[in-house]
Amino acid sequence: MNVSIELYASLMKHLPPGKSRFRRDLKVDDGLILNRLIEQFHIKPEEAHLVLINGHYIDAEERDDRKLAAGDVVSIWPPVAGG
Amino acid sequence: MSWTRKILRVNLSKGSCTSEPLNMEWAKQYLGQRGLASKYLSEEIDPKCDALGPDNKLIMATGPLTGTMASTAGRYSVICKSPLTGAIACSNSGGFLGAELKFAGWDMIIFEGKSEKPVYLLVQDDKVELRDASHLWGKTVWETDDILHQTHQDPQLRVACVGRTAENGCLYAAIVNDKHRAAGRSGVGTVMASKNLKAVAVRGTQGVGNLEDAKTFMAAVDAGKGVLAENAVTGQGLPAYGTQVLMNVINGVGALPARNMRDVGFEGAENISAEAMAEPRASDGKPNLTTNAGCFSCTIACGRISTVDKTHFSVKDKPQYHGASGGLEYEAAWALGADTGIDDLDALTYVNFLCNEDGFDPITYGATVAAAMEMFEEGVITTKETGGIELKFGNTEAFVAVTEALVANEGFGPDLALGSKRLCEKYGRPELSMTVKGQEFPAYDPRGIQGMGLTYATSNRGACHLRSYTVSSEVLGLPIKTEMGDAEGKPELVKAFQDVTALVDSAGLCIFTTFAWGMDNIAPQIDAACEGDWSVEGCMEAGERIWNMERMFNTAAGFTGKDDNLPPRLMKEAIKSGPTEGQVSRLDEMLPQYYQIRGWTEDGTVTKETQQRLSL
Repeated sequence: MNVSIELYASLMKHLPPGKSRFRRDLKVDDGLILNRLIEQFHIKPEEAHLVLINGHYIDAEERDDRKLAAGDVVSIWPPVAGG
Repeated sequence: MSWTRKILRVNLSKGSCTSEPLNMEWAKQYLGQRGLASKYLSEEIDPKCDALGPDNKLIMATGPLTGTMASTAGRYSVICKSPLTGAIACSNSGGFLGAELKFAGWDMIIFEGKSEKPVYLLVQDDKVELRDASHLWGKTVWETDDILHQTHQDPQLRVACVGRTAENGCLYAAIVNDKHRAAGRSGVGTVMASKNLKAVAVRGTQGVGNLEDAKTFMAAVDAGKGVLAENAVTGQGLPAYGTQVLMNVINGVGALPARNMRDVGFEGAENISAEAMAEPRASDGKPNLTTNAGCFSCTIACGRISTVDKTHFSVKDKPQYHGASGGLEYEAAWALGADTGIDDLDALTYVNFLCNEDGFDPITYGATVAAAMEMFEEGVITTKETGGIELKFGNTEAFVAVTEALVANEGFGPDLALGSKRLCEKYGRPELSMTVKGQEFPAYDPRGIQGMGLTYATSNRGACHLRSYTVSSEVLGLPIKTEMGDAEGKPELVKAFQDVTALVDSAGLCIFTTFAWGMDNIAPQIDAACEGDWSVEGCMEAGERIWNMERMFNTAAGFTGKDDNLPPRLMKEAIKSGPTEGQVSRLDEMLPQYYQIRGWTEDGTVTKETQQRLSL
């Protein structure tokens, strides 16, 4: 199935070459678990501070159970803040 | 140096400068800076006075930790009645001026009355004098700073001043120190200019002293710095990306307002984000971001120093803007960018330079232009009013042109100088002003982030994110994650953030420390430096006391619970798409609970019992 991953801020270094600034479109196994996708990009658990699927927050405890669906957009930030 | 225990009172009508002892009874209740100066203001002015008349006072105040080695301890605040809102104004600034004032031996300066002619205040330790500023009137902030440094031949002189927008009566003019740090919100610069006070120039050489328990203080400071360094946000995220890293975050979660909050979600967000600022540009291979920067004693250093592409149309023939200067922070980038529908990073950086150069609040300014753009698109404002400018959302050239008109006080500039509330009222569309108590919203849509709706509605200085930054919890998960779409639990969350922030703003510290520090990190630093009970409980009570005192000032100025409101757009027009689709602000559910938790009446008045409990 097709999903997309977006990596921001210091996590951009994990992105393979591509045209988009943040996003890469991927083909993954059906029902891939969110944390397995994160691991594929060599992102440490403590680096994946803010994780969204289609804009919705996914708590760290859910990420080992959460299955991705076709068309999902996974967005990940390291610990950041502002204001 | 904890409190210097000295206040400088400057009567501009009489031209006198006098020293008086700090009221230590009040200091032990209100700490310093925001809290203590607000207490002085509450006691000394009629809250119903004309904000731009001689009866208003303007206080520049440091906190007891300002000037010490505590991390971020360089803050000062400007307190007065706001001409933009009519409520209490308290604008906080970093840079180096606050610490310098402390080194000169003063906790605060109270300006009263109005000078007959333009003056500036020169403070050199105990030697203070008002000097003629006729030659500075009509000059920009940057020119004024340069002239005063040339005049006094002291590179360590620190200058806070107003630019031309303040002189011209722009209702959201700032006081800018160190050329690009600003007490930016609520028009405190307009009040300063109304008193014919152009600048305050300070040099202090008296160093640090007067700490209650210096050894314990240094241990607490050291521990605090360790926490900041080890924390991923304050140790790595903020120095590398600054506040601007939020542009994509807030857009991603469906809470980035766009085009005068008509929309939520901005398609150009990534082009004006922190990540974009760090990319080499095509023309010269250099990024917009030149370096990060820190204020006095700061170990975070989130500040952005930027350059504009020299070939960009906005600065092509203007070499004075080709150097590095204060760059875009998140709130400015949102207001100047997403809210106007513009994603041209160079143009926004140039306009931000103008905000610094002539001293005006980029949040209120961007939001005011956004309101004008919506009225232009609806045909309420036409090229007749704008002087031929097609002021549509996304029109970069038009935005640059009206900004230059504001600075020059020409064409459509004087209309924009009103702020969005008065501008929208003037053109018969008051509902298009995105304000609370007359002050414009910052960069978080209260339909998407429920706690921010309550934050804005109840903020004592009008819409503001820096009175209780619940984004920290609702979006970023700091210190704990709460669901941003939930209204439940938000009254308690907002109250806790408001009280903590009031205390931090009264200490001389930067609120950004609270991304890593809890009160158990902050209280020991204050307690070791200051006389009095500054335990965690004592600090929280002081924060609550300060919040209630500000509320009582506003009540006396004529505000009621009816002013704790949001524009109808945010209560009725649901978000059209994205992860927060269908949401409106649920302020109606949260506000009564908030009043109850605060110990206020149903119409938002501080009860006698609450006043007694907090020794108000």
